Amino acid sequence: MKRWLPLFAFILLAGLLYKGLWLNPREVPSPFIGRPAPAFTLPVVGRPGLAFSPGDLRGQVWLLNIWAPWCRGCRKEHPFLMELARQGVPLYGLNWKDEGREAAAMLRTSGNPYVLSADDLDGRVGIDWGTTGVPETYVIDAAGIIRHKHSGPLNPRVWEGKIAPLLKDLGA
Amino acid sequence: MIPELGHLALILALLLALIQGTVPLWGASRGDASLMALARPTAAGQMFFAALAFGCLAYAFLTNDFSVENVAHNSFSQLPLVYRFTATWGSHEGSLLLWVLILAFWGGAVALLSRRLPLEIAARVLGVMGLVGAGLLSFLLFTSNPLVRLFPVPEDGADLNPLLQDPGMVLHPPVLYMGYVGFSVAFSFALAALLSGRIDAAWARWARPWTTVAWMFLTLGIALGSWWAYYELGWGGWWFWDPTENASLMPWLAGTALIHSLAVTEKRGGFKGWTLLLAIATFSLSLLGTFLVRSGVLSSVHAFATDPGRGLYILALLGAVIGGSLFLYGWRAPRLGRGGNFAWVSRESLLLGNNVLLVAALGSVLLGTLYPLALDAFGLGKVSVGPPYFNAVFVPLMAPALFLAGIGPLARWRRAELPDLARRLRWAFGVALAAALVVPFIQETAHFGVGLGVFLGVWLFAGAVTGFLDRKGERKGSRPLAWWGMQLAHVGLGVAAIGATLVSYHATERDVRMAPGDHVELAGYRFVLHGVDAAKGPNYVADVGRVEVTGPHGETWLLHPEKRKYNASRMRMTEAAVESGLWRDLYVALGEHLGGGAWSVRVFHKPFVAWLWIGACLLALGGLLAAADRRYRNP
Repeated sequence: MKRWLPLFAFILLAGLLYKGLWLNPREVPSPFIGRPAPAFTLPVVGRPGLAFSPGDLRGQVWLLNIWAPWCRGCRKEHPFLMELARQGVPLYGLNWKDEGREAAAMLRTSGNPYVLSADDLDGRVGIDWGTTGVPETYVIDAAGIIRHKHSGPLNPRVWEGKIAPLLKDLGA
Repeated sequence: MIPELGHLALILALLLALIQGTVPLWGASRGDASLMALARPTAAGQMFFAALAFGCLAYAFLTNDFSVENVAHNSFSQLPLVYRFTATWGSHEGSLLLWVLILAFWGGAVALLSRRLPLEIAARVLGVMGLVGAGLLSFLLFTSNPLVRLFPVPEDGADLNPLLQDPGMVLHPPVLYMGYVGFSVAFSFALAALLSGRIDAAWARWARPWTTVAWMFLTLGIALGSWWAYYELGWGGWWFWDPTENASLMPWLAGTALIHSLAVTEKRGGFKGWTLLLAIATFSLSLLGTFLVRSGVLSSVHAFATDPGRGLYILALLGAVIGGSLFLYGWRAPRLGRGGNFAWVSRESLLLGNNVLLVAALGSVLLGTLYPLALDAFGLGKVSVGPPYFNAVFVPLMAPALFLAGIGPLARWRRAELPDLARRLRWAFGVALAAALVVPFIQETAHFGVGLGVFLGVWLFAGAVTGFLDRKGERKGSRPLAWWGMQLAHVGLGVAAIGATLVSYHATERDVRMAPGDHVELAGYRFVLHGVDAAKGPNYVADVGRVEVTGPHGETWLLHPEKRKYNASRMRMTEAAVESGLWRDLYVALGEHLGGGAWSVRVFHKPFVAWLWIGACLLALGGLLAAADRRYRNP
C-alpha cells in the first residue's frame, strides 16, 4: 500500500491545481469594499476649468476605472470599455500618474469611453483608493459606498460574471 | 519564409519525438535491437530540428521581423542587439521553445555520450525523454506557437519588458532551464530502471554524473536569478519567497537529496526505491514549476502568461508524466529488492538524515506555496504566505542539515563509531563555536541567529579541512575528484550560509530626500548627491545621479544610479548602482523626483552579500568536479 502513496498525493495535488485554474489570483478583496468612496476633487482631462468629485454622483450607481496612457492592460480593455459606453454604462475615469500629459490626445484619437476622466497627476487619489496597479475598476453605489473592485483589464467574462449582476442588484 | 521554415522544423521535431518515444520502448520490451537502435538517431534529429526552429525565431528577432507576432510583442527596433537575441526567450512562447530546445539538447547529449550504456537502457532512457519531448512540443505547437505571423504588420514592436533588459537576464533563463530540464535525464533513468526492473551500482554510476551536472546548472541558475533580483529590482533584497523562486528552489532541494541518495545506491546498493522516487520527484517539481509559472494559477511578478487553456494543457501533461511515472513506481517498486544493512551511526544514516531534512524543507516550501491556492479553492478566503512563514520553517530544517553535512564526509559506510567521530571533529567544533561566540560581539548587537549562521558556516569549512588532514582518510594521496567536489560544495554551502546570515541581520538602509549637495551617513560611509543629469540610452531616456561615497578610511567611489524611462513601453525602471566588495556592498537606488531638484534616494549597506554568490559558485564548481570524476568515464 505504501508504494501507492506518492500517486495518491499527486492525484490530490492535481485536483487542487485543476480547481485553481478556474480561480483568479488577481481578484484581491479590497479593504475598501463596503466603505465610503474616498473623497477628492480633481481637474478633468481635456476640459480645463472643470473639476470633478465623487460626491457629485451621490444618488447614482457608477463605475470608476483607473487607467493611464502608459498602461498596456488599459489598451487591452479599451475596446470593451467603448462597448460598455455604447450600452450607456456610467463609466468615469481616473487618469493615474499621466506624467507625459498624453491622456487628452489619446482619448481624442482612440475614443473616449468615459463620461469624464479625472486627472490624478501625482497619483495621490489612486493611493487613497488603494490602487495596486492599473487598470482597476470600482463599482460605487447610490450611497457612495464602494461595492466591488476588479484588478486587471475588464473583459466580457468578468463583466457578465460579476459586475453586471451586481449593477442589476443595485438597481442601475 | 524563415518563420515558416521554423514552423516546419517544429513539426518535424514533434514527429521525431513521437517515434523516439514509442518505437525504442516497444523494441526494448520485445528485445528487438533494430527497433531500439532508432533511439539515438531520432534523438539527434529532434535536437537538430529544435535547434533549427529556435534559430529561425532568433533570426526573426535579430532582423526585427515584426510580421511575427511574438517579435512584434516583445522586441523593438531601438533595442540593443544582445537584447534582441535574448528577447527570443523573453515571452511565454519563446521561453517554452527554449525549454524544448534544451530538452532536445539533453536528449542529444545522452544519445552521443551513451555508447557504453547497454542498448536496452539507452533505448528506454531516450524513449522516455522522447515522450516528454513530444508532450512539450505539442504544447508549444498547439497552444503557444512562437512563429505565428501577424497581419497587418505593425511598424514597430512593443519592446521587451524592461525588467528583462539586463545582463543577468541574458544568462539566467538558459542556465536555469539547463538545470530544470537536465533532471529529465535522471527521471528517464529512473523510469528505465522501473521498466527493466533492474537497479544496481552500475545504474547509479550512469545516472549520477547527469544528475550532478543538472544540479550544477540549477544552482547557478537560481544564483543568477537571485543576483538579478538583487540589483535590478532596486529593493536590495536577494530572495523574496516569491512563488516563482519557490518553483526553482523545490527541484533544487529534491535534486540535492537525490544526489546524496544516489551515493548510497551506488556504494551500498541501498535507498533504491527512495532514489527512484526522488528522481521522479525532482523532474516532476521542475514541471510543476513550469505549470505554476505558466498557467497563472499563482499570482507572481514573474508570471507572464495567464490563460486557463494553456494551464489545462500543462495540467494534463503533468498528469500524464507525473501520474504515469508514480503509477509505474507503485506497480514496479516491489521488484527492486533491499539494500545492505547499516548501523544507527554510519554514513548511510547521516545521508538518510540529510534526505529527511531536505524533503521536509521541500514539503514546507511546497505547502507555503500552495496553501493560498488551497484555501481559495475551498472558498476559505484569500491569504498570502510571506517570508515570515518560510523563514520560520525553512531555517530550523536547514540548520541541522548543514550540521550533518559537516559530519557525513568523515563517517564510514555501514558503521561508524560516535566517540571516534567526536574525537576527529573536536577541533572543527571548537573553532566553529569560538567563531560563533566572537562574531556576534564584534557587531554591535548580538543575535542568536548570527551565532548559528556563523557556527554552521565555519563548521562546514573546518569539517572540510579536518577531512583533508585526516590521516585515516582512505588512500590520502589518490583522493578522487568526486571527493574534492563534495568538499568544495560543502564549503560553498558554508560560505553562502555566512553571507545569508550576516546580510539578513546586519544590512542597513536609509530612505532619504536629497537635493544636490545633500549628504547621508550610513554604516560609516558618507553618501553625497552631487547632481542628477539627463542621459539618453539606445531605447530609453534616463536621469543619472552622481553620488560620491566616502568610506571610513577616506577612500572614495563615484556611483551612478539611474532612473530610466523606456521609449516604447513607457515603463520606468530603477537601475541601482552597486559598489561590490568581498566584505560589503554599497547600493544606491534613485527613487522619485520630488520637485525642486530633490530626489528620493535609497542607500543600503549590505555586509557579506557577495558571499552568497561566491558560495553558489563554489557549490556549482563542486558539482562540476564531482561529475568529472574518472570513474564515471570508465565504468
